[in-house]
Amino acid sequence: MGRLVKHHLFWPLCVLAALLLFNLCYSPDFFTITMHDGHLYGSLIDILNFGSPLILVAIGMTLVVATKGIDLSVGSIVAISGAVACLSISKGPDQNSLALILISVLLAVGLSLILGLWNGLLVSVAGIQPIIATLILMVAGRGIAQLVTGGQIITVTSAKYAYIGSGSLATLPFSIFVVILVLLIALLTRRTALGLFIESVGCNPTASLMAGVRAKWVILAVYIFCGLCAGIAGLLLSSNVSSADGNNAGLWYELDAILAVVIGGTSLNGGRYYLTGTVIGALIIQTLTTTIYMIGVPPEITLVVKAFVVLAVCLIQSDAFRAAFAARWKTRHYPAEKEITRHVS
Amino acid sequence: MKKIGKMGAVLALTLSMVMLGACGNNGGGNTAAKETSNAAAEASGNGGTKTEAKDITLGFSQVGAESGWRSANTKSIQDSAKEAGITLKFSDAQQKQENQIKALRSFIQQKVDVIAFSPVVESGWDTVLKEAKDAGIPVVLTDRAVDSKDTSLYVTFLGSDFVEEGRKAGQWLTEQYKDAAEDVKIVELQGTTGSAPANDRMSGFAEVIAANPHLKIIASQSGDFTRAKGKEVMQAFLKANKDIDVLYAHNDDMALGAIQAIEAAGLKPGEDIRIISVDAVKDGMQAASEGKINFIVECNPLLGPQLMQVVQDVVDGKQVEARIVTEESTFTSEQAKEALPNRQY
Repeated sequence: MGRLVKHHLFWPLCVLAALLLFNLCYSPDFFTITMHDGHLYGSLIDILNFGSPLILVAIGMTLVVATKGIDLSVGSIVAISGAVACLSISKGPDQNSLALILISVLLAVGLSLILGLWNGLLVSVAGIQPIIATLILMVAGRGIAQLVTGGQIITVTSAKYAYIGSGSLATLPFSIFVVILVLLIALLTRRTALGLFIESVGCNPTASLMAGVRAKWVILAVYIFCGLCAGIAGLLLSSNVSSADGNNAGLWYELDAILAVVIGGTSLNGGRYYLTGTVIGALIIQTLTTTIYMIGVPPEITLVVKAFVVLAVCLIQSDAFRAAFAARWKTRHYPAEKEITRHVS
Repeated sequence: MKKIGKMGAVLALTLSMVMLGACGNNGGGNTAAKETSNAAAEASGNGGTKTEAKDITLGFSQVGAESGWRSANTKSIQDSAKEAGITLKFSDAQQKQENQIKALRSFIQQKVDVIAFSPVVESGWDTVLKEAKDAGIPVVLTDRAVDSKDTSLYVTFLGSDFVEEGRKAGQWLTEQYKDAAEDVKIVELQGTTGSAPANDRMSGFAEVIAANPHLKIIASQSGDFTRAKGKEVMQAFLKANKDIDVLYAHNDDMALGAIQAIEAAGLKPGEDIRIISVDAVKDGMQAASEGKINFIVECNPLLGPQLMQVVQDVVDGKQVEARIVTEESTFTSEQAKEALPNRQY
């Protein structure tokens, strides 16, 4: 039991379970999943489908945070990647041709790799603080996305492109498989020495350099990977609604992603990371969003409700808070009880 | 360290020189940062055939370029100024009030004949409007209002009446369901929480449908005027509420997102769930012509010609009404099909 409670996934899982339980009590058919034209249909599937871009971005963010960095530009990369893909498809002669879709997707992914490289170069080679280095692209990236879309919303009518974000493979949304693939790639860092390198760079870059780890290369790699994740997330998001919106796509995604990373147990101080925790963190955020829509919280107070839940989650996860709480509980006094005892004796 | 200090000094010098140069170019007038299209507009204004004996200069300060609607608005004003032979001094405030105030002050200094602007926010305009009044320059508000108590500060407010748009949507609905014996379940997708269009479209709609007790809004959430959010919220609505009859979306983009959600649920948009929307942008009209949106209330960005008329009247000393509502119509599916080929935006 003690070991179970100590496991880093214990509290995030508890919170997720509590949220799902609340939904079960509130609307009993929350868990019902039905078959609909050959694919599964239900709230849980929605959570997975709409949550997948956030999970992707958060996975990339986890590795960056593990090196004691932060990437604020992911939201903008999401917007740019979607915009570039949609623009290239909308310019094509036949929007449904597979070659065009592949070229567009590769173009978007390639561009997001370059954007990730840009961030990485600023941080590792130029030695700029990560928060400032990525802030540049966060602000400029929105502008680039608007430049690409010309301030308009680009709509595409390609069924093949829509498949990426809203199609289904083996009755499950295709986006889930994309997430699983990327997660597996990220988990490879755990199977190789790279994971250890990332953590050591996060603990102390100089010491790891002395020990023979090429800190600059490691940092460069995680930012590129983070850019890649954000780019794929942008493809999922834009293909889900078959349109690219330079203004609003991925707006504030960086904050949600950082939140997911932190809920998952990864410390912003770097040196440790938990990829599965991050996935659960992202799922918690998406479940919370869906729950708020389902129970009909008035839009004016939605953010307040969200803030309270997030606060509760963070407090539950804080060891110091739990210890203080437990200490109070153990040393609680009952003045009334004592008085009675005194009278009896 | 020393080197950096030197470089910083050189950089600062260069910057200040560049800035001085820029000021010099503007002929001493400290104009707002972005007046890019001035020269072009002026050149074309002077080059065009002038029917008016008196040369009119109009200073216009736009909110920014945040949406397709706004770009259509800007283009309409620039085009119709050219057509009317009015010299347009155009300034983009990039969603910042301070830029706009700067632009207005520079218009006053340049002694333009009329100032027109779309206020970024509602409050804080009294001082600069007073300056314009003292300089004897009439001010026309377009698209958005100011909350100033002193209505003598501006000549007229030209723009859409968002409450009326909500009312029009409500009227169509009450007309459709006037013989309804059972409750009609309505879900509402609101715009950005707290924005004037969202508040007004909501209140106008609620006001009209209150006449029929069978028309019930069973759920109302913010979709932030975006497609992705519209889809996500509609998915949740569909899960939480059985048998939705009508969807009222505060703009086309949210309706388009919701249509995808409805289709994913195996329902037919426009038939199983009737859809009312506001804006009438191209994609929305396209959906309407396909029968997926039943009724669109137009929110017209093309107020350029009307604005030029007002400017002409003001300069000629004619009496202008204090509130001019833009000419707007509504479209059913059939009307949308007819109107679609001629839409400009």
